[in-house]
Amino acid sequence: MVDALNGLIVLANFVLIPATAYGAQLALGALGVTLIYGILRFSNFAHGDTMAFGTAITVLVTWGFQALGISFGPLPTALLALPIGIAATSLLVVGTDRAVYRFYRKQRAAPVIYLIASLGVMFVLNGLVRFIIGTDDQRFTDGERFLISVREFKAMTGLAEGLAIRTTQAITVVVAVLVVAALFWFLNRTRTGKSMRAYSDNEDLALLSGINPERVVLYTWLIVAALATTAGVLYGLDKSFKPFVYFQLLLPIFAAAIVGGLGNPLGAIAGGFVIAYSEVLITYPMKRVLGYWMPESLEPDGLVQLLSTDYKFAVSFSILLIVLLFRPTGLFKGKSL
Amino acid sequence: MKKVLLASVAAALMTGGAMADGHGAIKLGVSLGFTGPLESLAPAMAGGAELAMGEVNAAGGILDGKMFEAVQGDSTCIDASAATSVAERLVTSDGVAGIVGAMCSGATGAILANVAVPNGIVMVSPSATSPGLTTAEDNGLFFRTAPSDARQGVIISEILAENGITNVAVSYTNNDYGKGLADAFESAFEAAGGTVTINAAHEDNKADYSAEVGALAAAGGEVLVVAGYVDSGGSGIVRAALDTGAFDTFYFPDGMVSEQLGLNFPGEIDGSFGANPGTDSNGAQLYQDMATAGGFDGTSPFSAESYDAAALIMLAMQAAGSADPADYKDTLMDVANAPGEVILPGELAKAIQILKDGGGVDYSGASAVELIGPGEAGGNYRQITFENGELVVVGYR
Repeated sequence: MVDALNGLIVLANFVLIPATAYGAQLALGALGVTLIYGILRFSNFAHGDTMAFGTAITVLVTWGFQALGISFGPLPTALLALPIGIAATSLLVVGTDRAVYRFYRKQRAAPVIYLIASLGVMFVLNGLVRFIIGTDDQRFTDGERFLISVREFKAMTGLAEGLAIRTTQAITVVVAVLVVAALFWFLNRTRTGKSMRAYSDNEDLALLSGINPERVVLYTWLIVAALATTAGVLYGLDKSFKPFVYFQLLLPIFAAAIVGGLGNPLGAIAGGFVIAYSEVLITYPMKRVLGYWMPESLEPDGLVQLLSTDYKFAVSFSILLIVLLFRPTGLFKGKSL
Repeated sequence: MKKVLLASVAAALMTGGAMADGHGAIKLGVSLGFTGPLESLAPAMAGGAELAMGEVNAAGGILDGKMFEAVQGDSTCIDASAATSVAERLVTSDGVAGIVGAMCSGATGAILANVAVPNGIVMVSPSATSPGLTTAEDNGLFFRTAPSDARQGVIISEILAENGITNVAVSYTNNDYGKGLADAFESAFEAAGGTVTINAAHEDNKADYSAEVGALAAAGGEVLVVAGYVDSGGSGIVRAALDTGAFDTFYFPDGMVSEQLGLNFPGEIDGSFGANPGTDSNGAQLYQDMATAGGFDGTSPFSAESYDAAALIMLAMQAAGSADPADYKDTLMDVANAPGEVILPGELAKAIQILKDGGGVDYSGASAVELIGPGEAGGNYRQITFENGELVVVGYR
């Protein structure tokens, strides 16, 4: 019995907890991508860099707060700076929409043209973020580091294996749940949210029933800015902020959105967790876990690792391929590509 | 701008003409990674090499009044093609008589194979430590004042054995340096009866190392050997290992040992230990004073080795009586090793005089140079440990 518990704790410490936090971050990112796809009808490749921009601003404001001596007690100061980051990102994305996307919307351009335009926006943002904060790694976490550390856990339970939950991991999951709940309430209960869904379902019918398209577009961008900045800041708090890493995050985020079904918010969340869990589980060697769970005679000698950790991104790619082959609309019936 | 151009053209013409009649400056290439993942070390290394040349020039040069001139080239660290083309430029367009460099093992191997050997140019690297370079095809042209990591692998294995550790996990940065060191250590440690539970790579500059640490933890081990860089993935691995409680004692090879490590993990790595190239000889202290007077940090890694690399080339030329690489490549080992009078930093003028008078020198320099095998430093290591969050020197070996 104790062995089974020890095995479970090893699994939780190295797989379940990190994967849950990572999944929450991916889900928030994928929600932004899926909303743009559903309502504005294009794949926004600039999303990773939008996240980086929001995080960069939040990091700068966090440093300002720290210099002024403002802190958030045991919680990271960055959470206080988050609203300012969201405001700045909102200005940025609405500005981009006015400057770039609105032109193509008036032309009723094909989605692929939008996609290429977003690629251009991505490169501009890429440079902008590096211009603002540089290319280096930035750590901006402060406050209490652990909710529960390995040593405390061992002392508390008397088990051989320890479990650590970082404050940032807990915050990530809590904030993600709150944001998703608020988003679903907004989409399902409010007038604006309903008009957004109507516009997404059938643009022409929505226009006929008197919905103002510019208003829908504006609200979409505001929500996307909030989601992207929150996702970026949570990822940066939990790990660290580096512009290039955010650019690379685009891949698992798109994989998550497509696996869940593009345009379907519920799918984006499920997709985020599917990608995160498979990335971590497939590259995790099960030796120690199985050592606890199997009878002594069956204990494995090897590492029982399916793929080396270098192949993390390959996992998201493979899942993407499999889903596209067998269920092109994704797990939760989104729009097909 | 025009004037500068004119002046440099004129200068080039003059040196070109002067070279022809044998009274001009001898050019030495200083080809280091001025940009790239170790760029923070390059200025103090170039400073060391140029300090040695300045010292020889102040003493009236070698071979009856020939002065030295340093030509810098950016060999980067990880871009082999950039390193090759910059070395090509140094040799064909600047006409250097020898190269101090390159910095990283990958760039050094590329320059050696593509430029130095085809053109017959002597290369002395102050910092390339990959064991692969020991057996590289070099026609006797390649030397290094840094020890091979094969030696470091043995040192690590000895230190671990003295601490009674027989079971370790290894994480290395995925490049020539990390892979070479990890493999050298694994074979030395297993030959000594130890067990390496896992020997896994990590990529630098990632945000998150929990998956890598998960694999290391699953394999287990009393100590984690982190063959990485302190400003990059190495510290990331240590952070993740501490956070998840996977390891609490670490061994740090040369890429990790620095004051910065104590600042990154205040009080969290007490009892962890390591070693990096270093010596307690008088030369090291003398060199540091000279470097401080010259306005750069002589304690910076491989700065002393750079001074020694340049000094060895110049003394070998004096001993051979020629600045032709084909001649002085054979005298380089002689000036570096006994017999002869021991030469410390700041005594290059004396060494030149001794050689001129037909005597022998045993260049010890800033890093207690002793060249072994195919012309690489035997290696002196400084053993350290962390106590109360401070880096403490335990001894030298």
